[in-house]
Amino acid sequence: MIKTLPELVKDKRGVRDIIAASLEAQMDADPRVCYLDADLMNCIGTRKLAAKYPLRAINCGIAESNMIGVAAGMSAAGMIPYAHTFGIFASRRVMDQAFLSVAYAKLNVRVLGSDPGVTAALNGGTHMPFEDMAPYLAIPKAIAIEVCDCAQAASIMEQVKDMYGLIYIRFMRKNPVAVYPEGTKFEVGRGALLRDGDDVTIMASGIMVAESLKAADQLAAEGISARVIDMFTWKPIDAALIEESARKTGAIVTAENHNYLSGLGAQVAEVVTSTYPVPVMRVGVEDEFGEVGPEDYLRKRFELTAEKVVAKAKAAIAMKK
Amino acid sequence: MRTAAELHSMKVFAEEIRIATLEEFNSLGSGHVGGAMSIVETLGVLYGGVMNINPSDPKWEDRDRLVLSKGHAGPALYATLALKGYFPKEMLSTLNKPGTDLPSHADRNHTPGIDMTTGSLGQGVSTAMGLAMAAKAMNKDYKTYLIVGDGECNEGQVWEGAQFAAHQKLDNLVLFVDWNKKQLDGLTEEISGAANFAEKFAAFGWHVQQINGHDVPSIAGAIDTALSVKGKPSCIVLDTIKGHGCTIAETVADNHSISFKPEVMNEAIEAARAVLEKVKAEVL
Repeated sequence: MIKTLPELVKDKRGVRDIIAASLEAQMDADPRVCYLDADLMNCIGTRKLAAKYPLRAINCGIAESNMIGVAAGMSAAGMIPYAHTFGIFASRRVMDQAFLSVAYAKLNVRVLGSDPGVTAALNGGTHMPFEDMAPYLAIPKAIAIEVCDCAQAASIMEQVKDMYGLIYIRFMRKNPVAVYPEGTKFEVGRGALLRDGDDVTIMASGIMVAESLKAADQLAAEGISARVIDMFTWKPIDAALIEESARKTGAIVTAENHNYLSGLGAQVAEVVTSTYPVPVMRVGVEDEFGEVGPEDYLRKRFELTAEKVVAKAKAAIAMKK
Repeated sequence: MRTAAELHSMKVFAEEIRIATLEEFNSLGSGHVGGAMSIVETLGVLYGGVMNINPSDPKWEDRDRLVLSKGHAGPALYATLALKGYFPKEMLSTLNKPGTDLPSHADRNHTPGIDMTTGSLGQGVSTAMGLAMAAKAMNKDYKTYLIVGDGECNEGQVWEGAQFAAHQKLDNLVLFVDWNKKQLDGLTEEISGAANFAEKFAAFGWHVQQINGHDVPSIAGAIDTALSVKGKPSCIVLDTIKGHGCTIAETVADNHSISFKPEVMNEAIEAARAVLEKVKAEVL
């Protein structure tokens, strides 16, 4: 089991600070590492990298398709590229380039997509990806990860440097609720078991991890024992842990800041129905577009809350035979 | 400057590529003949002496790279690579057949000597720039050659790349536009407007030359000039004929992809052989 912090409060740091520091450390240590951005360096604090490494930290301008192709080409020459832009552009806008120039060509690019779902907040519906993981789930052999806080971001960045393939990492730029102690290690492809329980399993990702821990506390107060898993790797999904959870608790709730029809909920349900069918209830966005507003408002508007997780957990338990 | 003997051997090689490509298509009975024929001379020059390559070590890290962004012309490149000894020539008859390593569009994971997977038009432009950028970042001397179609230039990604390469001063990159005047549905000018590629690339800050894309000495000379340009990428607009040197393709209006009977293609191959003999007999 992975330890979580005793109190769930906002970190003073943004996830972007960890991403930027990690990129710099990797570029310092390995001349093959390069980083491309599409005119959003300021948004993650990496302009200093462009000054330090003008040939390896490259601002490609507002031309995301070209950026992904350039990254693919650099990897074909043996480099280890990262490419960042907002999640909306890092996914749907470049799906064909990610598919063909990177994945089909068996090349090696890490795509960083920032501002997932409601964390896009005041940028509004045009900039609010509830679907950015979906293209990556659809591309054969791609890896899709969502990090929820700074400690997790640091561990994942360390690992993906030495992985090979098309890897998408979705992260909120600003201050997340800190869930894990510094130095916590995660393994890509393995769900992180945070709490054990017998009545229901909550499988969460991103901002919904903290909400799910709160939900588990609320359920415990009502005598319901919930297992909580941070399913930060959406693909390849940890099918063994899903099956084990289905067998152990007989009911599952998923929770994501994404359209669940094409996201984590769909992935989990797919595994459950083909291994050990039990009720799966899903918390997330149900086939809607985003809209503008402060994040707190949007969390309520799209029901991305601990209360919703509690309600769905009870509903899932009620459906058990 | 290339010697007369070098240019002659490139001309001979180009005609050999044409024949091998037509035989390759003939083993299937159909294919993208038009766009393959229009780049034969360019391939003959590049692989006939310009590119620094080692066919017995296709993944040699310091090799020059070619990105055939108009990936549907793959069969012409396969013929070139087979003639260079990257793989046995017999393999050419497997084109597009089940289990083949010679798919319709170029694939770096299947065919020895193919440097980049292409097929979704526009994408090879960016990947080629990535190869050129990596050479700069890792202080390597290899050159990257990039062939795009005129129809392909409909794609916005081509122009994203054009701006990027000029801004990054990728003078280790040479882009060829195969201006063969036709795309799938008809004449490029009728479908997508003026084909003033020289003006367009110049406006983006490239060094530009426009030449007869079927004239070997012009191609070789233009490449040598391009390689001497510092501080900007080079564009060579190849004025070509879609289907050049293959009468059954050249005379068809819509010749992007054609089907044919073997006896008809045999005649075209015989005609190409006659051209080869004529070229071979040229007095230096």
